[in-house]
Amino acid sequence: MPFLFALGQRLLQLIPVLIGISVVSFLLVQLSPGDPIRLLLGDRATAEAVAQLREQYGFDRPLIVQYFSYVSNVLQGDLGRSIRYQLPVESLILDFLPPTLFLIGYVVAISVPTTVVLAIVSARCRDRWPDHLIRAAAILGMTIPVFWLALMMSRLFGVELGWFPVSGYGDGFVGHLHHLFLPAISTSTWLIPLLLRNLRAALINESESDYVTASRSKGLGEGYIFRRHVLVNSVLPTLNLLGVMIAFLIGSSVVVEIIYAVPGLGTLMVSAVLGRDYYVIQGLTLFYAIATVIVTLTIDILSAMIDPRVKL
Amino acid sequence: MMSLPLASTRRQLEPGTFEIIAGTAIILAWVILALAAPLFSGADPNSIDLSGLLQPPSADHFFGTDHLGRDVFTRVLHAARIDVWMGIAGVMPPLLVGATIGLVSGYAGGATDAVMMRLVDITVAFPFFVLVIAIVGILGPGLFNYFVALALVGWVSYARLVRAEVLVLKNKEFVAAAQALGYPPSIIMARHVLPNTLSSLLVYATTDAVLVLLAGASLGFLGLGVQPPTPEWGAMIADGQPYVVDAWWICFFPGLAAMSLGFGFILTSDGLSRVLGR
Repeated sequence: MPFLFALGQRLLQLIPVLIGISVVSFLLVQLSPGDPIRLLLGDRATAEAVAQLREQYGFDRPLIVQYFSYVSNVLQGDLGRSIRYQLPVESLILDFLPPTLFLIGYVVAISVPTTVVLAIVSARCRDRWPDHLIRAAAILGMTIPVFWLALMMSRLFGVELGWFPVSGYGDGFVGHLHHLFLPAISTSTWLIPLLLRNLRAALINESESDYVTASRSKGLGEGYIFRRHVLVNSVLPTLNLLGVMIAFLIGSSVVVEIIYAVPGLGTLMVSAVLGRDYYVIQGLTLFYAIATVIVTLTIDILSAMIDPRVKL
Repeated sequence: MMSLPLASTRRQLEPGTFEIIAGTAIILAWVILALAAPLFSGADPNSIDLSGLLQPPSADHFFGTDHLGRDVFTRVLHAARIDVWMGIAGVMPPLLVGATIGLVSGYAGGATDAVMMRLVDITVAFPFFVLVIAIVGILGPGLFNYFVALALVGWVSYARLVRAEVLVLKNKEFVAAAQALGYPPSIIMARHVLPNTLSSLLVYATTDAVLVLLAGASLGFLGLGVQPPTPEWGAMIADGQPYVVDAWWICFFPGLAAMSLGFGFILTSDGLSRVLGR
């Protein structure tokens, strides 16, 4: 039961974070220089109409009252209304969510196996040419602007060679796989180096530890030691990093989605920002933050299950 | 008479030194190119030449011309003035805010620390780029607002880094000695603790510069950065996007420029972390 107790404590700690998230997303709209009512009604609206709508939306009430009504709306699943689409923000988010989720899953499915293989090769051939090659490629991958790579690949593989579609989401599972291939590859090019450098360092660090020397002195084979001891012990730091990176991916898929015209959350976010659709920005920011909190929590629970020494 | 040790001249370079030299050289080269942009190419980066639209790279136009007949080479060099500045200066706001918070939080401990760390938890809950876009979207596009957003979002990593170091440093003898001599906490923090965190800060800041540069270029690409016609690499790539099929060079060269500058930052950071052993 200590695990459940620790889990309960961890969940309690989330409460101040969730309150903080709601305050930040609430203030995002409150502090905006523009007047959302003016945006709703246009510039030529009469003063009475503005005042009436202000009252209707509750903007004339004290900030703290507005915050509590915002929180109670959010708890009931009401994130406000998009000015541009004239639809509830929560249903917009649900409409645009599947392509983004698919893309993130796709990226993880490409990145994780590639990272593991490359990191193992790199660590086992340390300071020899395969290692140098992989590390140089990793540095290059980290410095490529993802949106630029996406654009260049869409031109080369999409337009020039015609292997992949350059926009949209496609139909059915295979269609999604085909349509999102280039976006997923572009994003992986950036993600793999980060994970790779981390896993390589962990592998090298573990292979220099005392228990490895002890295993060697017992006469165990290098391959056996590597598989049974080094690799297993190096998974945890990379799992933690992957959690952080998934949270990061949620955000950085924004630009890639724009380039490949994937109808995902990133496209929704950018169009909301450019169109000053405040409630969509607010709702999405809140949604992203809660998604990140859930991912982080899941990774923490997984780590604690894998390694009993890790405290939740 | 003692003979001077000659061995030092033959000593091998410390691992990491080569990376630092190469990386810094790339960054310096870009700084010089940015400063001397008007000398390298006399043309105005915004001069429109409607008789020479979408020209491929040639001896006249090294990087070709864009959809308004502007010289891409000239614009890439002039854009460096924004982008190099963005990468180097953009790490300063989050560094200053984060280092101060981490220093005070780690040194003071107790309630101050607890409050600061909850603030960290809240800020990391938002995906970095999403919050930056949201803040820039609400404050309005532009470099200054990007820096504001960076200060509000990016401070977290610096605060965590400095706090972790301070927690170790504050139990060292030299801090105890300073306390025994009666120095006020502000002096101890600024003169004794902070200088010992600088090397980690430097390593992290050079890595962060890549993130700041690439995120800034992404904002420019989305139209939320420096406003046209001022050249900026990300915005130039966005300009070229509609013509990418027939005129790849408009997008290609600004991206290459951003990549080379980022490469300089990462090399420097890798070298520094090897030399400083962090």
